[in-house]
Amino acid sequence: MSDKQSKSKAYWKENLRYLLILLVVWFVVSYGAGILFKTPLDKIQIGGFKLGFWFAQQGSIYVFVVLIFIYVGLMNKLDKKYGYDE
Amino acid sequence: MSVQTWTYLLVGITFALYIGIAIWSRAGSTKEFYIAGGGVSPLANGMATAADWMSAASFISMAGIIAFAGYDGSVYLMGWTGGYVLLALLLAPYLRKFGKFTVPDFIGDRYYSKVTRIVAVFCALLVSFTYVAGQMRGVGVVFSRFLEVPVEWGVIIGMVIVLFYAVLGGMKGITYTQVAQYCVLIFAFMVPAIFISIQMTGNPIPQLGMGSTLNDGSGTFLLDKLDGLSTELGFSEYTNGSKSMIDVFAITLALMVGTAGLPHVIVRFFTVKKVRDARKSAGLALLFIAILYTTAPAVAVFARTNMIHTVSDQDYATMPSWFKNWETTGLLKFDDKNEDGKIKYVADPANNELFVDRDIMVLANPEIANLPAWVIALVAAGGLAAALSTAAGLLLVISASISHDLIKKIFKPNISEKGELWAARMSATVAVVVAGYFGINPPGFVAAVVALAFGLAAASFFPAIVLGIFYKKMNKEGAIAGMVVGTLLMLFYMAKFKLGWLGEIPDSSEWWFGISPEGFGSVAMIANFIVSLTIMKFTPDPPLEVQEIVENIRIPKGAGEASTH
Repeated sequence: MSDKQSKSKAYWKENLRYLLILLVVWFVVSYGAGILFKTPLDKIQIGGFKLGFWFAQQGSIYVFVVLIFIYVGLMNKLDKKYGYDE
Repeated sequence: MSVQTWTYLLVGITFALYIGIAIWSRAGSTKEFYIAGGGVSPLANGMATAADWMSAASFISMAGIIAFAGYDGSVYLMGWTGGYVLLALLLAPYLRKFGKFTVPDFIGDRYYSKVTRIVAVFCALLVSFTYVAGQMRGVGVVFSRFLEVPVEWGVIIGMVIVLFYAVLGGMKGITYTQVAQYCVLIFAFMVPAIFISIQMTGNPIPQLGMGSTLNDGSGTFLLDKLDGLSTELGFSEYTNGSKSMIDVFAITLALMVGTAGLPHVIVRFFTVKKVRDARKSAGLALLFIAILYTTAPAVAVFARTNMIHTVSDQDYATMPSWFKNWETTGLLKFDDKNEDGKIKYVADPANNELFVDRDIMVLANPEIANLPAWVIALVAAGGLAAALSTAAGLLLVISASISHDLIKKIFKPNISEKGELWAARMSATVAVVVAGYFGINPPGFVAAVVALAFGLAAASFFPAIVLGIFYKKMNKEGAIAGMVVGTLLMLFYMAKFKLGWLGEIPDSSEWWFGISPEGFGSVAMIANFIVSLTIMKFTPDPPLEVQEIVENIRIPKGAGEASTH
């Protein structure tokens, strides 16, 4: 395997690892906190919000935005590390 | 000044702005027509994507739907934002690197066959037409209520405006008008929300006001109050919905995946310069969308509480003028069943005397809260911006599918640049006329088809694109089989359980796995994945040069300018 190929393989592997971690968070805040564990979380109340309801209608959306910007930052760094930035 | 004068003024100014931008950004080449020349900045693309995405449904209907569905409405909030995470992480950067003009371009090249391209074009047209009819209808409704012109004329005025800037400017014109439309619609959505939030809770930030205590000195939390009112009238508790957990799960998934697979959203990421710009503009797009999407549930809570307060058990004779205004549109109906002159608004259909169309909640909200005339007019201008921006984006997908994917790539490969541009403009014109026709004569199944559009996008495009990027060995046999099975399964389920085309609509207890037609896209998507992967095992690997394309799109460097073929 050429250097170029092994470099792109390593880059792809790191990329996939980032994706996996970020998508786990994506799943946990929406399907987890907002749907599957909504009822137990609703027992906790912060201000006027029951926590599970808050995740479903507010919190998950905030986390989604943050997730994409974290992804952008991670990938820009990764591109630089492998010399794929431009 | 009266509401109507303000409305004419604001709508007139915004329309003049859109037309001015269209003239300034005319498209001179197919590249400018399809992807705005490929040099849009991430910030502009983020705003344009947000306007492209937020339709009449997001602006006018969503808060209303949530106001009546409570927790169940969360499926739209999570579904229509969470899809952007999938889009940013799994699709946008790679499709940008691939660097062509349309979604069928990718599917056709990646799966090296004309059949896949035609299947993709068919899906893109089906999804976009179902969607655009609803937008034109939204334009008509806003016109008829605020400018007191018949719905038909409203649709025609909307058609002329869209025709003007979509046909003249193509993607370039659309992009910059969408930037302006985003500014108009977000301002129009936020101003009344902030006003009402201060009025009801004293907190100027609606996202926080929703969780605050009421302003009336009682110290009760707004949400607790609404939960109480809802149960009192026989509805289910606002923060607790009535859908089953599996259905909420399935609908959210179908909407997320469907969002990521919608061609008019995906194509926006072809317009930026570099792969890193595509990533960044996906983040900015979701940020801009999130401003409206986190405000909408607050508006829903305010509107529902306000409405119950204003009408429940009150004398019909003392109703404010907005009540009578909306009665004339037929979107609000009062039927005094027990003839006591009082409005009885309860869950039980036998005793309920008030019918409220969900769509009027956002439009009537400023009037219900007694806000100044210019705010009410602003909402009309915002609703029009939302509907027009989405309609234009969809029309572009339709015209590109016909002129580029069908005419240029399949029927007449040696067509000249000028000829293709002409064909693109012609197909955009025809598409506007067809969309306008459906806006004036909406097919009875319009509400059903929006769910269908998401289900189809989820069941057809999403698996084909994701596998095309993340699984090098995925071949055309698998992709075609998967798309066909996913699409047919979705159509069958809709026909049986929603449209009633296969005999009487069965009871919801007969739903497969307890999943409603709205959520079935997630099942059809999983079926697509399984079929694709199975068929692939028994058919030959894709050619080496296709595998090289896949290697290549995984590396961000060298996206350069989109190729012009």
